[in-house]
Amino acid sequence: MDADDETTAAMIDDEIYANGGGEDENRNRPIISGEPLDVEAYASLYGGRTKISRLLFIAEQSRGCRNEAMELEALRMAYDEVKKGENTQWFRDVAQKIDGRLGPEYQMDLAWCESVDRRAEQKREKLENELNAYRTNLIKESIRMGYNDFGDFHYSHGQLGDAFKNYVRTRDYCTTSKHIVHMCMCSILVSIEMGQFTHVASYVSKAEQTQEALDPITVAKLRCAAGLANLEAKKYKLAARKFLDTGHELGNNYNEVIAPQDIATYGGLCALASFDRAELKACILVLLSFVFWNKVIDNLNFRNFLELVPEIREVINDFYSSRYASCLDYLGNLKANLLLDIHLHDHLETLYDQIRNKALIQYTHPFVSVDLNMMANAFKTDVAGLEKELEALITDNQVQARIDSHNKILYARHADQRNATFQRALQTGNEFDRDVKSMLLRVNLFKHESNQKQSKKS
Amino acid sequence: MEVLVVNIQGLSTNPGDLPNLHNILKQAHDSLHAESIRLLPLLDMLDPSLHSLGYLYILEACTSSALSKEQASAVVLPTARFMNSCSKEQIQLAPEKFISVCKRFKDYVMQLEAPMRGVAPMLAAIRKIQSSSEHLTPLHPEFLVLCLLSKCYKAGLSILDEDIFEVDQPKDLLLYCYYGGMICIGEKRFRKALELLHNVVTAPMSVITAIAVEAYKKYILVSLIHNGQFSTSLPKYTSSVAQRNLKNICQPYIELANSYTTGKIADFETVAQKYQEKFDNDNNLGLVKQAISSMYKRNIQRLTQTYLTLSLQDIANSVQLNSAKEAEMHVLQMIQDGEIFATINQKDGMVSFLEDPEQYKSCGMIERIDSSIQRIMALSRKLTTMNENISCDPMYLAKVGRERQRFDFDDYDPVPQRFNI
Repeated sequence: MDADDETTAAMIDDEIYANGGGEDENRNRPIISGEPLDVEAYASLYGGRTKISRLLFIAEQSRGCRNEAMELEALRMAYDEVKKGENTQWFRDVAQKIDGRLGPEYQMDLAWCESVDRRAEQKREKLENELNAYRTNLIKESIRMGYNDFGDFHYSHGQLGDAFKNYVRTRDYCTTSKHIVHMCMCSILVSIEMGQFTHVASYVSKAEQTQEALDPITVAKLRCAAGLANLEAKKYKLAARKFLDTGHELGNNYNEVIAPQDIATYGGLCALASFDRAELKACILVLLSFVFWNKVIDNLNFRNFLELVPEIREVINDFYSSRYASCLDYLGNLKANLLLDIHLHDHLETLYDQIRNKALIQYTHPFVSVDLNMMANAFKTDVAGLEKELEALITDNQVQARIDSHNKILYARHADQRNATFQRALQTGNEFDRDVKSMLLRVNLFKHESNQKQSKKS
Repeated sequence: MEVLVVNIQGLSTNPGDLPNLHNILKQAHDSLHAESIRLLPLLDMLDPSLHSLGYLYILEACTSSALSKEQASAVVLPTARFMNSCSKEQIQLAPEKFISVCKRFKDYVMQLEAPMRGVAPMLAAIRKIQSSSEHLTPLHPEFLVLCLLSKCYKAGLSILDEDIFEVDQPKDLLLYCYYGGMICIGEKRFRKALELLHNVVTAPMSVITAIAVEAYKKYILVSLIHNGQFSTSLPKYTSSVAQRNLKNICQPYIELANSYTTGKIADFETVAQKYQEKFDNDNNLGLVKQAISSMYKRNIQRLTQTYLTLSLQDIANSVQLNSAKEAEMHVLQMIQDGEIFATINQKDGMVSFLEDPEQYKSCGMIERIDSSIQRIMALSRKLTTMNENISCDPMYLAKVGRERQRFDFDDYDPVPQRFNI
């Protein structure tokens, strides 16, 4: 079965490279791989605000790693994008960060800022007047649209808090479930940008309650958002389930938040860190189906899309077939680029640690005794380091074994239930003894006290 | 005076005459007190075991005023003999006098700086005045103090092993438990020490007393030594004054406890060093040192959970000891004390950790379990009886009757109308 999967995957890979698409032929290599990130290609996956925030994040991280080339590339693209929009605050930030390093076309353009601000002020006044007019007329639908427009306005100008407030106000004027869903989706978008994932979770559940108005794309979007919320909350198992449930209908429709391969990446990593073997197998199949459907649906994008998925699929496959060294190697290669992702950044270390621990546990699970030298080879580490890692796992009770440090062997050890039960019983008896005796003593003392009080009274 | 002596000699033999004698003695009380120490020669005419009541009154009068050192040493011997041989029934008629005589005896013995002389007589005195082995008398703490001062810990332990359920004075109990805790610490019976100190700390009290504070300090340290951990939250049944104030007063000890839980010996030693003077003033420096060595032990015990064999050098490294030799000494000591099961292979410098050989299959173990069960059943019965007694106690019913809700007249009223106060 696995062999078949492998060959079909290989065939598909060939077809990808054969098809190429209209654009750059030499862009055959994956977008996120061991090689340095191609910022332009990465950014082209997204649209809207998230494109700019991701670019800024990459610039920030590259600055930390002193990768000036990447930083400038990211800032350049960010500048171009911001100028297409109306967020002058962001423009000022970007121009300041560039600091003249990109030449005269990428300088602070105060004139542009001022004109945009002036237009914004005019628009705001207009919107406000309209909204007041609608409010006096008490036409629900117009009021709702008014607040919505206000929300959009604030959003495009980067005032996320005000945008959120306005979107939430439309709730009182929603008359159909479509309106409610629209309100939820806007709130979710803003909350994700603000990083307030508790709101995301609550609006997702609110939207999911209105079953009738939900088309498959919206359902997929909601699942994505829920996955992101779970990821932020460090509930990796739930996040993985949500991401894998998202399904292929999403395509490129949510690229103002997340790109299709991000779903595969986030879902795959979380699954690796938290699923057991049965669920992991199902995960591999889901990722495969991503491959098939997108190829059929979107010719242009599947090149972008699939180039990552084989990587993640390879990693999971290796893990599932116990090729831990190559799995961990792959992950190590991917790490530098994954750290540039705005959502994964804070969780990558934890996820990697969990994956490594799971690999160690899974390796030792079927054996009665394990030669530590061979195991160190399998994990491409040295015996001393391995011993330390295993010691931590044993202390944590995740591995039931004992280390023979003299001969460097790990012996499985299963707790003797009978002895443990006897011990616990005797101990409970002792505790009962002690507690009841002190209780009886205390009762005596209380009686004494109350006797004294009584005698004082009388 | 001679008349009194004749009366005592005459009326002591027949139990029916004892009340009569008691009255006579009570009437003579003041005149006896006037004579005080001059009554000492009279004692030679009486037999402490036959004429206990009379002997007691005269002795009490002798010791009623302050005595010089020579007078004290003269009184001590007859008092000791009296305490050993007096008759229980006669003493029970005048318990307060007996207790005050014994207390003064303890003072004299301490004045003469020979606490050991008081240990045996005091133990005998306790047995005479106790109504049952579960009864705590005011003499118990005095006895324990004498044991502590004379370092006769084993004698103290024999009393401590008996369970106490009846108490006359709460203060006696607090002192008893505190001194008892100290004796157990001296004998390294940390579990019992913890129990006793726990009783002091959680006893009902309306104000914080110095006993409670000192007991809490020792409680923290013993808890670290015995359990390897300490939680600052006191049980729910602790008095509210204790819950609020104890932690603030014993701040250095809490800090020490917190640094113990991190498992880093260097940190713990720094904190111990920082507050060394305080610990010394409280006479707890010895306990602190024991806590440090218990930390090493606990770290080694943790290693037995993860390793089957380990080199001495590795043990030294992970437990933060200085050399393999030190590690060997520690492990050897722990094997001898029965705290771990291991064998040391000196040739390779390896230690093999073995499983606990206890299989819970021997006759001894079955007997132990059986006796545990019997003991616990007896305790349970005791608890139920006490519960029943309290439910019938008129004061309790009065209080409950006052606070219960008023139901309709037709409703079943569990508390009889009589208690509608």
